Amino acid sequence: MIRFESVSKEYADGTVAVDRLDLVAPSGAITVLVGPSGCGKTTSLRMINRMIEPSSGRIWLDDRDTASVPTHELRRGIGYVIQHAGLFPHRTVLDNITTVPELLGHDRKQARARALELMERVGLPEQFAKRYPAQLSGGQQQRVGVARALAADPPVMLMDEPFSAVDPVVRAQLQNEFLSLQAELGKTIVFVTHDIDEAIKLGDQVAVLQVGGHLAQLAPPAELLSAPADSFVAGFVGRDRGYRALGFAVAGRLPVRPESAVTLGAAPGEAREAAEGGWVLVTDHEERPQGWLRAEQAGADRVSEAHLNLGGTLASETATLREALDAALSSPSGRGVIVDGSGRLLGTVTASEVLTRIEQQRATGQPPSPRGGGEGEAP
Amino acid sequence: MSAQSLARSMPQSLPRSLLAVDSSPLGMFGYFREHRDEVMSWLGYHAWLSAVPVVAGLLIALPLGWLARRYRWTYPPLVTAAGMLYTIPSIALFVAMPDIIGTQILDPVNVAVALTVYTVALLVRVVADGLGAVSEDVAQAATAMGLTRRQRLLKVELPLAVPVIAAGVRVAVVANVSLVAVAGTIGVPELGQLFTTGFQLSVGSPYYPPITLGIVLCVLLALALDLLVVGATWLATPWRRAVGGR
Repeated sequence: MIRFESVSKEYADGTVAVDRLDLVAPSGAITVLVGPSGCGKTTSLRMINRMIEPSSGRIWLDDRDTASVPTHELRRGIGYVIQHAGLFPHRTVLDNITTVPELLGHDRKQARARALELMERVGLPEQFAKRYPAQLSGGQQQRVGVARALAADPPVMLMDEPFSAVDPVVRAQLQNEFLSLQAELGKTIVFVTHDIDEAIKLGDQVAVLQVGGHLAQLAPPAELLSAPADSFVAGFVGRDRGYRALGFAVAGRLPVRPESAVTLGAAPGEAREAAEGGWVLVTDHEERPQGWLRAEQAGADRVSEAHLNLGGTLASETATLREALDAALSSPSGRGVIVDGSGRLLGTVTASEVLTRIEQQRATGQPPSPRGGGEGEAP
Repeated sequence: MSAQSLARSMPQSLPRSLLAVDSSPLGMFGYFREHRDEVMSWLGYHAWLSAVPVVAGLLIALPLGWLARRYRWTYPPLVTAAGMLYTIPSIALFVAMPDIIGTQILDPVNVAVALTVYTVALLVRVVADGLGAVSEDVAQAATAMGLTRRQRLLKVELPLAVPVIAAGVRVAVVANVSLVAVAGTIGVPELGQLFTTGFQLSVGSPYYPPITLGIVLCVLLALALDLLVVGATWLATPWRRAVGGR
């Protein structure tokens, strides 16, 4: 647990970066600090490992006052990941990862073995061990950065916009892997971002900071979306928060209707036959939906991938309301495709059916349940 | 009495026909054959006098450069003062050195110390800038992982400064080879003697062989020492090789 006790940071020129911050980052959970630039989120983060010294107040790491521990000792017990990874360009990937164990005087052989294990865990092939950072892509460097932060198995991790310098596809991938890694490791994490979507996706709790280092709201993401504390938070959280809040409510058993699909390679006549409302769903030979086919486009050729409309997203049977609604809204036929755990077709739902479910849940006052799965993928 | 000792004892009066027939630049080969032992010993001294001050100068410039980096306010005075040292004419420094450090006028130590001063002058800025070349991200990560200031210097800043410092050392080495030759005019035994000899033998018309030989050997020596520095840098920076010398 990390506890901020009335922590302030005021610079010599009178700028207040952080203003009497009281905050608890519970053990084993991800606390996200989010806010516009100048809100003191990075300053707050860096005060934890004393890269920046607070002007007043205390920061506790469990029952230790961080001010009472020598800085280098404190820092070796706290993993730290930054935006551009900050890997040492002159050391190999493996040597980068073993930095802190080496500083702590751990057994070299053990440290290397653990580093290789961590590399596998963060999704880096073993042959990368001997490479230098410049030989890696930005996303790969960031994976090394995470492995390096975890190398000495610190209970606490500080992450300063770790995924913002990579492209959106890699970012989503890193975020998902980060969440599953955290599910395994259960570290106490403080995570800084300026991206509210990232905060909502990753945070067990989200602290929204306002310019001047003032804590505007501290809440679980669902609550942030459904009950912003003030107009600043409401504005920062964004416009479509009602829709995004659906991402925290599991849809439950939706009234899935059977869909008559055809498989790839089917005769055009068969496809026209099966079409409903002008569209027919096409699956592969293992009943996994591949896309929609407009009946009138089924000419003389057999059904192939080239003919498919790929616009529709898929929702799994355990999807959130948001994913289910999105599947229906994004589908060219208006019928959202629901699949089972292994991606096989279960049937379809319409947007109005999902909306009915949303209204039902509202009426029964069913609270939004904790974080659902990842985003649906385009077929 | 050999021709070379004659040349040294009374170069002015020696009939040129006794020395070498060819007074053109190509005559340097014949000149070298006739004076091989002496020239080789000069070459050895010259190499020594060029290299040792670089090593000594680097060892002095490292802490000074670090100081200029560590306490930013010391950077302007240190770098300016070091730069000023370079404006002292080398011949003046060679002559004044015995008074400063209490040596004999022809002691090669004078040259070594004077050239160390020049190397320091060149390298203080280079070391300071090299140590500062570490990117903000890397410096931050190093601090955040709990490296002490000392560890950061030795494990991160210094290794990363090697390419920058090496570039400065290459300049210093080559500059020293040419500066050492100047000391020949005051009689210190090294390749500069060849120029003095050539000058003394140029009575009436120029006598090129020793002069050309001196130039060629200085260039070759500079190339060899430069190659040595490049090789050492190559060995010390495997990470740069890995990405194609970026």
